[in-house]
Order: sequence, then structure tokens, then C-alpha cells
Amino acid sequence: MSQPNANVYYVPHNSRWPIIATLGMFLFMVGAAVWLNGYDTPGKIILTIGALSIIGMMFGWFGNVIHESMKGTFNSQVDTSFRMGMTWFIFSEVFFFAAFFGGLFYIRTFVVPWLGGVGDKGVITNGFIWQGFSATWPTNGPEAVGGSFTSGSPWGIPLLNTLLLLSSSVTVTIAHHALRAGNRKKLIGFLGLTILLGITFLCCQAYEYWESYVHLNMTLHSGIYGATFYILTGFHGLHVTLGTIMLIVMWLRSVRGHFTPQNHFAFEAVSWYWHFVDVIWLCLFLFVYIL
Amino acid sequence: MSSTAQAIHHEDHHQGWFERWFMSTNHKDIGTLYLSFSFLMLFVGGSLAMLIRAELFEPGMQLMQPYFFNEISGMHGLIMIFGVIMPSFVGLANWMIPMQIGAPDMALPRLNNLSFWILPFAFILLLSTFFMPGGAPAAGWTMYPPLVLQGGESVAFMIFAIHLMGISSILGSINIIATILNLRAPGLDLLKMPMFCWSWLITSFLVIAVMPVLAGAVTMMLFDRFFGTNFFNAAAGGDPVMYQHVFWFFGHPEVYIMILPAFGIISEIVPTFARKPLFGYKAMVYAIACIAFLSFIVWSHHMFTVGIPLGGEVFFMYATMLIAVPTGVKIFNWVTTMWKGSMSFEVPMLWAIGFIVLFSIGGFSGVMMALVPADFQYYGTYFIVAHFHYVLVGGALFSIIGAVYYWLPKWSGHMYSSFWGKLHFWSSVISVNVLFFPQQFLGFAGMPRRIPDYNVAFADWNMVSSIGGFWFGATQLIFVGVVIHTVFFSKDKATSRVWEHAHGLEWTLPSPAPHHSFTVPPVIDDSQLAHGDVSH
Ligand code: HEM
Ligand SMILES: [Cu+2]
Repeated sequence: MSQPNANVYYVPHNSRWPIIATLGMFLFMVGAAVWLNGYDTPGKIILTIGALSIIGMMFGWFGNVIHESMKGTFNSQVDTSFRMGMTWFIFSEVFFFAAFFGGLFYIRTFVVPWLGGVGDKGVITNGFIWQGFSATWPTNGPEAVGGSFTSGSPWGIPLLNTLLLLSSSVTVTIAHHALRAGNRKKLIGFLGLTILLGITFLCCQAYEYWESYVHLNMTLHSGIYGATFYILTGFHGLHVTLGTIMLIVMWLRSVRGHFTPQNHFAFEAVSWYWHFVDVIWLCLFLFVYIL
Repeated sequence: MSSTAQAIHHEDHHQGWFERWFMSTNHKDIGTLYLSFSFLMLFVGGSLAMLIRAELFEPGMQLMQPYFFNEISGMHGLIMIFGVIMPSFVGLANWMIPMQIGAPDMALPRLNNLSFWILPFAFILLLSTFFMPGGAPAAGWTMYPPLVLQGGESVAFMIFAIHLMGISSILGSINIIATILNLRAPGLDLLKMPMFCWSWLITSFLVIAVMPVLAGAVTMMLFDRFFGTNFFNAAAGGDPVMYQHVFWFFGHPEVYIMILPAFGIISEIVPTFARKPLFGYKAMVYAIACIAFLSFIVWSHHMFTVGIPLGGEVFFMYATMLIAVPTGVKIFNWVTTMWKGSMSFEVPMLWAIGFIVLFSIGGFSGVMMALVPADFQYYGTYFIVAHFHYVLVGGALFSIIGAVYYWLPKWSGHMYSSFWGKLHFWSSVISVNVLFFPQQFLGFAGMPRRIPDYNVAFADWNMVSSIGGFWFGATQLIFVGVVIHTVFFSKDKATSRVWEHAHGLEWTLPSPAPHHSFTVPPVIDDSQLAHGDVSH
């Protein structure tokens, strides 16, 4: 492997993948919008084409970059650019969740007490429109939208899920140390374990959702509690799913021996992502389940 | 270093049209795409503005149904913000940042192409809503629920278009941050960087932090409309005002996203034509950082009248007034840079001075609206319309046009006709005041915004404003002429320095700049830097 000269700038050659990515995203969203507007069949068809192009694009684009990276095309400057790219991407994801957390805090500290009669605003809303509504949490509002429901206990599945994700963060770190030490067996083992923990988490969450829908009548329609609960845990679950898929890809690449103790940025990026997902979960556990 | 140059791929030779423009990894080509796209959108959004002013020319319903008026006024805002101001600043960043820091290209060139190409498709989604059952979204650019959710089939398309625009600008900003932090030539310390790079470094931070928040806000809306959630329904414990909080947590930093790069541009142009180093370089950097920080804690000044607790009104009032301090520092420093300089008034300088004056007017009206008791009078009136058009047209757009006049010779290798450039400026600066100054009177008198008809008491100033509007709109055709002439027809070759006192690495490159700006890191000589020669 020829070591590229760090004093020379590197610019990648043209690529058809960005424009394919755009088209894929565009079709996906058009399909989704058409479908949501009630034109099911065309919507589903367009959405599927879009989704398939996005998946194909990912294979193509990442395959391309992996190929270049293994040829040793990238110098350390390019590596730093990749790292910065991933760091700031995760930073933007943090703010995506912050929007929903902010909404939750606002609802709980202001809106629900106001509806219950606290403050100048509350005196009027509560006194004139919703007399007798008292502020509690969880709530589905003064008109009990979605019907009466119960919220699950944090100390069952949510606690288990916390332990699962926390230990998966540990295992992925052990895998990383193994990778740096050049111990491929250990790397593959612990990475595999991380994936299993991720999948178990997802299964537990699916079970929790099922239980909430079927036995607790706690659904998306259950007023503001249902809405905030599902949007936060749902988007988190989506991120765990994506993270797990990325981990699987990393596992396959480790099996193929793509990574060296010095050069394994993709692995690191995925593990950062995994830790990020873990931290978000801790916030969820605290603010959505416990408090 | 002879063998090293081959590390850069020279695909300049024999690149098909499709390959060059659709598969590009070149910051200049992508910058051109960004600028061309926003130029096109300027005229799309501008036509809507002309329709608005035509309808408001006289009291009474003239040309259109009220609902259509609502559609075009909201779409005008969305197009101008996400389709014109933001992409043209990104286009300028693409062109200039690598040249200003001695880099070959952006840090992540393929991602760069993706960020651009998402945009036209996002706008296909958004503009297609005009032709849908129920028409385009008709609740203003702020898209407040529950009103916007009562729209027809456009709602889902609007939301997804916003998602796409968000992805585009986040990816673009990630690229800009990585470029500035990672690709500076050795020796080009952060505090020697041109102000334009500084302003974009901080702007990209804002973009990455707040565009996801907008995505979150519209996602909640998507769920409310299609999946039966009740985020914005008080009967279910939600609150429509929650949308406003989340939206303006994005929205206020967003307005600074649209002005900070302008500050950068003005800080480049003014020293060149005042023939003096920028006064208070470090203060300028700190002022931008300070404005960016404050922009996160002022959002509720857009909500003074919706009913927030008194403590909130007071906090957001003082926080907003604080922003005037760093903003004042910037204006003071530009003026002081000109003070006792050997000034000359080439076209870019005219636009920069126009910017300073018009932006100050807009800034003053901002401070007026920051006062809670006064804002109860101004809120929802034409006074706000005048405010943000002074800062966005007189501010952001003027700076962009100034930047084009400043760097176009570097991009194209040709000089433009300064006669037409000056005519464009004078006609614009007069008409923009005819257009927006009377709107302040209308606002004081209580004329509501976003209304197709009005009391006859407002007739005179509306007619004046409309005349200014058509005049300003027509004037921009000069700009089209100048740009097309310079790029394709001008025989007047530009030198590499272009402007006598221009400093900065971009001026060390030939005009037009080579396909890859710098193939190896340039050796930095402080005297060449835009701000390397300032004694701190
Ligand atoms: C000295 C700085 C500024 C201050 C103190 C300020 C203050 C304000 C206030 C208080 C409002 C809300 C008025 C109301 O709704 O009653 C407002 C609205 C607005 N400002 Fe500023 N502003 C400043 C600078 C800017 C800049 C630089 C921009 C953009 C480049 C901008 C764009 C806007 C826009 C677009 C709105 C209206 C939003 C809407 O309701 O549609 N402002 N400003
Ligand atoms: Cu604001």
C-alpha cells in the first residue's frame, strides 16, 4: 500500500452516486406524499422505487469509497475530513432530538399546568373552557383524546432496554480495542455481540409497543402523552435500527478483513453513532419513562 | 514536488456536459450551479412579489382570489429564503472559501454535489403544490398550525420539501465547516482568515444546529395531520403555540444565517475600496460569534403577542436588545474602516455602502419591535414587512449582488461594464426605498400584513410601494444583462488582482481561476492575506 503524500491535496474524481441519491430521495418523498394523500397504489410504487434506489446508491457509493480507501487513495487530511463530517452529522442529529425533547419539556412545564389553571393564562383557559381539568402527567388532555389509557412502568422493559444498550456500548468499545490491537477474532465476536444486543433491544421495544397498543390502550392518539412518547421513542428506535444495520455492515467488513489497526474510520464512525444512540436513550429513559 | 501534482485528478479535459454539471466534484462548478439556481429562483419568487404588489396597487380585489393571494405570499417567502438567499450564500462559499484558504476544493466534494442537487428537487416538490387540488400552502412562510394543516394535498409535499431543503443545507454546512477547519493552508491561522470564511464558519454552525429543529417541527405537523397525533391540539394537552416556539427556535437563528455571510462579504469589500485594513478584525470575529450565540435566546420576540408569561416577555425583550450591541460594533467598524481611507466608489463598494445604510435602517426597526409594549402595535403589520425586507433585500440581497460584482471578474476572467453596474445600483437603491419605506408608515397606521384588500385610508402609500416594487423588479433585469454579458460576451480581460488594493489568496490566482484552485498548499506570505497584515 503506497502511503499517499500528506502534503498534496486530494480531490476525488467525479461520481454518479450523488445524483442517484438525490433522485432516490426525491422519488421516496414523492411516493410518501402521494401515498399520504390517499393514492395508495401509485404512492407505494414510487416510494418503493425511491427506497430501492437509495439502497442501491448506498451500496454503490460506499462500495466506491471502500474500494478507494483500500487502495490507499486517501491521505490523512481526507481522513480528518471524513471524521469532521461524521462528527457534525451526529451533532445535527442531536438537535433533531432536541426539538422533540424541547417540545416535551415545554408541554410538561407550561402547557399542562396552564390547562390545569395555573397562571393568568391558565385561569382563563381552565375557568372558561375546561373547568375541572387538573394537571397530571401522563395526560391526554382535558378532552381525554384517545380514551383512557395507562402508561407502562419504567422498571420493566425500559430498564431492561437501558441495560441492553449500555452493555452494547461497552461491547462495541471492546471490539474497537480488539481492532486496534489487531485481534480479529475478538473484534468479530464482540461486534457480533453488539449486534445481538441491538436486535434484542429492538425486539423488546416492539413488544413494548404491542403491549401498549393491545393492553394499555396507549397509542399515537392518546393525547399529548402518546404523541410525545411515540415520536421520541419511535425516532430513537429508527436510529437504533439504522445503527444496527450499519453495525452488521461493519461486521461483514471485519469478517472480510477490511480493517487494519491503523485504518478503520468506518468502524469508528459507526461506533460513535452507536454511542450517540445510547446517550439519546439515556435521556429518553430519564425524561420520558422515569420522570 | 513534481510528482505530486498527479495526485489531483485532472478530469478537466474531455468531460461531457452531463458529467461536468451532474456528477461534479468541483467547487467552482458546484458554486456556479448554486448561484445559477438561486438566480433563477430570484425571478420565480420575484414574479410572485410582483403579483402581490399588483394586487395591492389599489384597495379592493383586483386580480385574484384571496386564497390565491395567501398562497403566493407564503410561497414568496419560502422561495426567497430557502431558494435564493441561503443557496446563493452557499454558492459564494463554494466558490470563495477554497480559494481564500488555499485549498484545492471543498473537503467533501461528492457530498457537495449531493447538497446542491437535492435543492432543485426540493423546489420541484414545493412548486408543484401550485397545481394540486387545494393549491399551494397558504399560511405564510412560518406555516403555523392549525391553519396550514387545513390545506389540501399540498401539506405533505410542503413538509417533505422542507425536509429536503434541510438535508441540503445541513450537508452543505458540514462541508463548509470541514473545509475551513481542515483545509486551510499551513500558516493560515484561524485569526488570519478572511472575514468571509469566519462568517461562514459560524453560519454553518447555526445551520447544523437549527435546520434539524425545523425538521422536527414540520415532522410533528406531519404526524398531526396524517397519523393522528395531537401535538398542536390543546384539547389533547398539546398546544399550537408549541409549534411557534419550536419554529422560532429555528427561525431566529435562521435570519442570522441569512445575514452573517453578508457581514463577511461587506468586511471583504469595504477594506479593498477604502484602501485600509479592516478596522477591529478581532472585534468583528467576536461580534459575529456573539450574535450567533444570542440568536439562540431571543426567539420569543416573534411571539410577544401570542400570550407568553410576563417574565418571558421581559427576558426576550432584553436579550433581543442586546443583539444590537454586537451589530452596532460591526457597523461602527465598517464605518471606521472607511474613515480617512482613500476611498473609491467602484460598483461593489456602492453595494456595500448601500448595504450598510439599508441594513442599519432595518436594524433600527428591529430594535423598535424588540420593545414589548411597542411591538403590540407593530405585530402583524406592514411594519414587520418593512423591517425584514430592509434587512433581507437591502441587507442580504444587496450583499450578494455586491459579492457578484466583486468576484465575477475573478470567476469569469472578464470585466463588466461599470456603467451598467452603477445604473443597476442607483436604480435599485432608490426603488428599494420607494418600495419599503412607505410600508413602515402603513404599518404604523395599522395595515395588517398577508391581506389582499385594505382600507382606502392606506391607498396612497400602497400605490407608491407598488410602483417602487415594479421599479425594483424591472431593475434586476439589468443584473441579468450584466452577468450574461460578462460571462459570455465581454472582451475586457480581468487582471488577477482585479481591484487595486484587493488582498487575499484568491487574488493571487489568475482570472479566471484554474479548475483546481491550489494543487499543493501555497506558501503563505502574510502580506498577501486579506487580514494577515493587521496588527492586532
Ligand atoms: C438588530 C437586529 C434585529 C432585531 C433587534 C430584530 C428584531 C425583530 C423582532 C422583534 C421581530 C418580530 C416582530 C414582530 O413579529 O412583532 C423581527 C421580525 C423579523 N426579523 Fe428581525 N431583527 C433584527 C435583525 C434581523 C435580521 C438581520 C434579519 C434577517 C436577515 C431579520 C429578519 C426578520 C424577519 C424575517 C422577521 C419576520 C418574521 C415573520 O414574522 O415573518 N431581522 N425582528
Ligand atoms: Cu427574530
